[in-house]
Amino acid sequence: MGATGHPVAGRDGLAVLDAEEIRRALTRIAHEILERTHGGDGVVLLGIPTRGVPLARRLAARIGEFEGVEVPCGSLDVTMHRDDLRLRPARALGRTDLPPSGIDGKTVVLVDDVLYSGRTVRAALDALTDLGRPRAVQLAVLVDRGHRELPIRADYVGKNLPTSQREVVHVLLAEIDAQDAVMISDEGRPS
Amino acid sequence: MKRHLISAADLSRGDALLILDTAEELASLADRPIKKLPTLRGRTVVNLFFEDSTRTRISFEAAAKRLSADVINFSAKGSSVAKGESLKDTALTLEAMGADAVVIRHSASGAAHRLAGWVRGSVVNAGDGTHEHPTQALLDAFTIRRRLKGATARGTALDGIRVTIVGDVLHSRVARSNVLLLSTLGAEVTLAAPPTLLPLAVDTWPCAVSYDLDSELPKSDVVMMLRVQQERMTAAYFPSVREYSRRYGMDTARMAKMPDHAIVMHPGPMNRGVEIAAEVADSVRSTIVEQVANGVTTRMAVLYLLLGGTEFPEVAP
Repeated sequence: MGATGHPVAGRDGLAVLDAEEIRRALTRIAHEILERTHGGDGVVLLGIPTRGVPLARRLAARIGEFEGVEVPCGSLDVTMHRDDLRLRPARALGRTDLPPSGIDGKTVVLVDDVLYSGRTVRAALDALTDLGRPRAVQLAVLVDRGHRELPIRADYVGKNLPTSQREVVHVLLAEIDAQDAVMISDEGRPS
Repeated sequence: MKRHLISAADLSRGDALLILDTAEELASLADRPIKKLPTLRGRTVVNLFFEDSTRTRISFEAAAKRLSADVINFSAKGSSVAKGESLKDTALTLEAMGADAVVIRHSASGAAHRLAGWVRGSVVNAGDGTHEHPTQALLDAFTIRRRLKGATARGTALDGIRVTIVGDVLHSRVARSNVLLLSTLGAEVTLAAPPTLLPLAVDTWPCAVSYDLDSELPKSDVVMMLRVQQERMTAAYFPSVREYSRRYGMDTARMAKMPDHAIVMHPGPMNRGVEIAAEVADSVRSTIVEQVANGVTTRMAVLYLLLGGTEFPEVAP
């Protein structure tokens, strides 16, 4: 239900990345993906709802601009694979939308906004296993805020953000929140 | 959502849309190599069937298994019930086995409601007497939305869609649940049936009533045929089967009177040649086979939303 809040910059805490910085970070990640995958051959970008999906689309668009290769892009909902389902009432599902070419034998790059405990990524790895057998799986995140609870790390990071566990990191994206920003604050997203 | 699903009236418009949208998401599972999700691992679903029903039981069983729940099937035939055990004692036995959900089919109206007072888990009504069958109404609403709206179905209700429900309304729990749910979702429902097959209090239902099927057909987006439930009929409700099917049966001539986009539904099992002609049942406008597939998906959505989150807080007795 995070998509319902529309916090305004300034009132909602400290802006740690603005629109320009997000743009530069994504540009760099797109270049790194191209470099690491030797020109993006066989790459599939899968965004984790909600905000991973527009990020994956932006990365795909940038890779297309730089090298003229069309990288398939989709979304992967992990709700049914989460390990904290029983801690909250049953929640609505996000969309899983695989590109028609599938993921078998591909290099899947999972894309999410914030990497924190690593539990979402663990769920995503499980969800992927049920969908096919990629050749390799990589992880791209806009913000890595630390505090991992599982042995998981990102291959591509927009910004490493040292935080305390009390703090909350919000990523705002124009597609959903009408503006681009990464905010850090002391309490939860206003609902 | 409430803790139990006893009546279609338990569902608000928001609840109903959440179930339909969840089902929409789960429908893609059918095309995947592994048609299973780990979500309800360690949860137990008991199918408690006091009345014969192969398709509903199998549908609930498939739904629970695709969500990795453990399924215990309990049918009255050859069980302790045949030895005279009461519903309450059966319920307490299930309770002791730790059922997280009980799916109940019973010949007595109100059985699911009674059971809900005795068990800790969620109760899902899979048909009680001539009262209700809410998951059938949900799968019908899901089928209508998918067929008529296609890819744009997500998040939308059924506002302005005209549904005509035809035939044995009196003995039909499917009709009652559908009238309640479809009107909650904004559809305009008309019942078309002979006066003898309409319940006494039908004027209090949120729908229109007609005795003339032929005049309703040209303005219907959906025509839902009901099974003539001969096993429940204790009196003569119509002169002959032949006369019934002449006036209220769906044949090719009647199907031709429907708008081009309109669909024909039937909850099954069908009496071919009585309420629906074989050519209609097998035509492209019939959704009968889809309804079966959608039944599994919709029941998965219901089980997930009832069992997938935190346990519902204890209600004080």
